[in-house]
Amino acid sequence: MKLRFLVLAAGMASIPTLVAAQQVALPTSAAEPADEGLTGSVSDENEWQDLGIAIPAFPTNASVATEATGGTTEALGKNVARVVFNDLKNNGLFKPLGPDQLPAVAFPQVAAPTFDTWRGRSAEMLVQGFVKANPDGRLTVGCYLYDVALGSELARQGYVVKPDEWRRAAHKCADMVYSRLSGESPFFDSKIAYIAETGPKDRRRKQLAIMDSDGANHRFITNGQATALTPRYSPDYSKIVYLSYLNGAPRIYVYNVGTGQQTLVTSSTNPTFAPRWSPDGKWILYSMAIAGNTDIYRVPATGGTSTRLTDSPGIDVGGSYSPDGSKIVFESDRSGGQQLYVMNADGSNQKRISFFGGRAATPEWSPRGDQIAFTHMAGNFKIAVTDPYGKGMRSLTDSWQDEAPTWSPNGRIVQFFRTERGSGKTGIWQVDLTGRNERKLNTPVDGSDPAWGPVLP
Amino acid sequence: MNRSLLIAGIAATTLVLGACASKPKELPPEPGTANTQTTQPPMQPSGPVPGSQADFMASVMSDTVLFDLDRYNIDASDQGILQSQAQWLSRYPNKSVTIEGHADERGTRDYNLALGERRANAAKNYLVSLGIEPGRVMVVSYGKERPIALGSDEESWARNRRAVTVTVN
Repeated sequence: MKLRFLVLAAGMASIPTLVAAQQVALPTSAAEPADEGLTGSVSDENEWQDLGIAIPAFPTNASVATEATGGTTEALGKNVARVVFNDLKNNGLFKPLGPDQLPAVAFPQVAAPTFDTWRGRSAEMLVQGFVKANPDGRLTVGCYLYDVALGSELARQGYVVKPDEWRRAAHKCADMVYSRLSGESPFFDSKIAYIAETGPKDRRRKQLAIMDSDGANHRFITNGQATALTPRYSPDYSKIVYLSYLNGAPRIYVYNVGTGQQTLVTSSTNPTFAPRWSPDGKWILYSMAIAGNTDIYRVPATGGTSTRLTDSPGIDVGGSYSPDGSKIVFESDRSGGQQLYVMNADGSNQKRISFFGGRAATPEWSPRGDQIAFTHMAGNFKIAVTDPYGKGMRSLTDSWQDEAPTWSPNGRIVQFFRTERGSGKTGIWQVDLTGRNERKLNTPVDGSDPAWGPVLP
Repeated sequence: MNRSLLIAGIAATTLVLGACASKPKELPPEPGTANTQTTQPPMQPSGPVPGSQADFMASVMSDTVLFDLDRYNIDASDQGILQSQAQWLSRYPNKSVTIEGHADERGTRDYNLALGERRANAAKNYLVSLGIEPGRVMVVSYGKERPIALGSDEESWARNRRAVTVTVN
């Protein structure tokens, strides 16, 4: 499944040199990385947000049949450019122009753009690329980023993919463009696990489902006969941990994506719920109720003995590791209502961090470590962020009921689900850290409990 | 005609009440055929089968106790209901029950699972305090997953914050 990266050799005609998965970083002064810190920098207050980017169709050296979408490498080249365009456009990034609004580019121009033409189209940046069929049936996709005003190349990457993985090459290309221009880490080449919902409010069918970050390659994992809730992808995407009422009671299962087999996370007969992975994938955090009292436990992902981390008489539930695995943020009602607490990974030094008024629940530590997203319940349910010390709290959304945030792999976007008052219909939404770029994701049916995984290797 | 409508009405009511018990759904009889051609089995003269879910429903004050927002304490009216359930359980010592704990939709999913568990256990603990063997009372939490009232208003939320006792064999 691993996608092979190439560093493209300067000459298009030559066979590119194979190297390890490293992004090419060419020296340039066009975009300085944003200054990061614990203060929660905001993604679109930078000038790069207004950059016009032209993304014409990716030409091919010779149009031949391929199993990838489009049927030929020529048609595929247009589809690749469309995916790059939609990735940027749908996330409110830059001002992209796609292959359906632009003239075609000849194959030799990919590595030698006619900058004068693009200067006339108010495109500050230009993304060009190519698609080539390899003798072994796989595809090579090249991706180049140019600064039109400077008339120079900023970055280039190449990807060798199987035909059914062609969208990953497009996402990698979009990631390269986004990272190079914004200074942020990539996030497009990633997947989402969530719960697909159908049926009336009192008989909701809830199925485990997965999809790419742009909604493509959607697949239902469970058939809905047993209610499924709160999935989380393992960091390597090989497993999904989730809650199922498979045998009538809520229990956590570890589902193996490759084999389709699933196992119980503990052999305890007590109800278990709210499962989470540690960042290294070696541990699973879960909550277990014994005689009505819920506490947080940790168990090796491969099975074994559980360790109890909390022991308050209140409800301690959920939890999310800091990216370095040293701390856990969780929610507890030990002081009355639900509030956020941080503890060391071994359960020591538990301290409340939320003093915002209202209640605070479902904390999720950003992959960057600088922010914690959570559900703020004060009247409406809003998605909010705070720093790990409970300072600088900001609301990102304001709707009747938004809950259960999950971070994009680069910690710049928060996904969550929104419930409609009355009907109980649900949908997956996302918002960036400014709170301005909010949009609903397209899912085949209603969706809840999104869980965004890391960027694929 | 009127009789058929009446039967259909009763069947529908039973379905609503029994929704949480996941009992097999029974369709009302076909109109016009029931009273003339079908030979009815001899009617039970004295109501439901002793020890059945129907008998439980007919015998207890209610199968449901309600809770205040974010609370799980058993108040005086809940105690009366649970006492009537304990009396039924004393009468049928071979019967067990499952208490289903629920929360309203105005809470986050994980917490509501824990809260439903807490409520079901509060009801169980009260039954146990009345002398019912703990092993005869199972609990399961559905969190906010199975509302019985479908509105998004205080009245519906109050009805959904509940613990429902269901008989099992």
